[in-house]
Amino acid sequence: MAPNSDTDSLMHMDDDTLQEMACQELVEVITEYLDGTLPESDRVRFEAHLATCAGCREYLAQMQALIRLSGSLTGKSIEPATRDSLLRAFRRWKGAPTGL
Amino acid sequence: MALIAAKHSSEAELIDRLRGGDEAAFTWLVDTYSPSLKRLALAFVSLDAVAEEVVQETWLAVLTGIGRFEGRSSVKTWLFKILTNRAKTRGAREKRTVLFSELEPEDRDGPAVSPERFLPPDHPSFPGHWSTPPHPWSAVAEQAAVQRETMEVLRRGLLSLPRSQRVVVTLRDVHGWPAHEVCAALELSEANQRVLLHRGRSRLRSILEIYFAEDA
Repeated sequence: MAPNSDTDSLMHMDDDTLQEMACQELVEVITEYLDGTLPESDRVRFEAHLATCAGCREYLAQMQALIRLSGSLTGKSIEPATRDSLLRAFRRWKGAPTGL
Repeated sequence: MALIAAKHSSEAELIDRLRGGDEAAFTWLVDTYSPSLKRLALAFVSLDAVAEEVVQETWLAVLTGIGRFEGRSSVKTWLFKILTNRAKTRGAREKRTVLFSELEPEDRDGPAVSPERFLPPDHPSFPGHWSTPPHPWSAVAEQAAVQRETMEVLRRGLLSLPRSQRVVVTLRDVHGWPAHEVCAALELSEANQRVLLHRGRSRLRSILEIYFAEDA
């Protein structure tokens, strides 16, 4: 079978300039990817890999779901008594700003 | 929230109102920032009651120091700076100051996903590719029927993280701080911030994966 020169050059490019990202590498750079700090060449490899790998697409979707879920956890605020005491301190400060 | 924030779109205006003794401006600041301040305090001191005091001291310092606020940093950055200084003093008294600039082995080492889940490096066709792909749960995790329980698993998971990871994940993902603010508040390098966030998130993801696999 005669070698297909188009395919050859494409494969060559894949090897040298766009070495495929393995799943094991992807899960280690995903935080940089999500922060937008992954270098451009790695971002291209990351997205090229995603396009062909359902497992990594699910992994990314899980990370994104995790971040959204974390964002809806309610942070514990200060106790109502502390808040009341702060507002009382504010009123004292308002009356005499230097003598809190 | 967006509506209230829009009312204070200008921080300079907010500070002016506070200086002028506008209680609504103070209340807004206290209610908006106290949860983040308390989280941050708990990074440095162990007792909830002490964290509470540190937050209170921070707000009192805001009132006595408002005249010195020059608007060179954002109000938020200024608040976190005051709190960090106070919390560190208290933490030192408790002999519990943790330097975030130095990563613990538990933060530095270990993969995001167990190597057993991947094909070996010498695999002829697919080295480093999934041998056991993630158990799929992203589509169901946010469905109303399961979300409450998922959140409980997540809350417990967060508490189980090593402290540095817990604090960074909490500030980044629970409170939505940008990376540079976390770095500034904790005096943490960009690289270490990322490592802690990455390790923390990866661990939480695997906790949820286990939970959903058991559930299935």
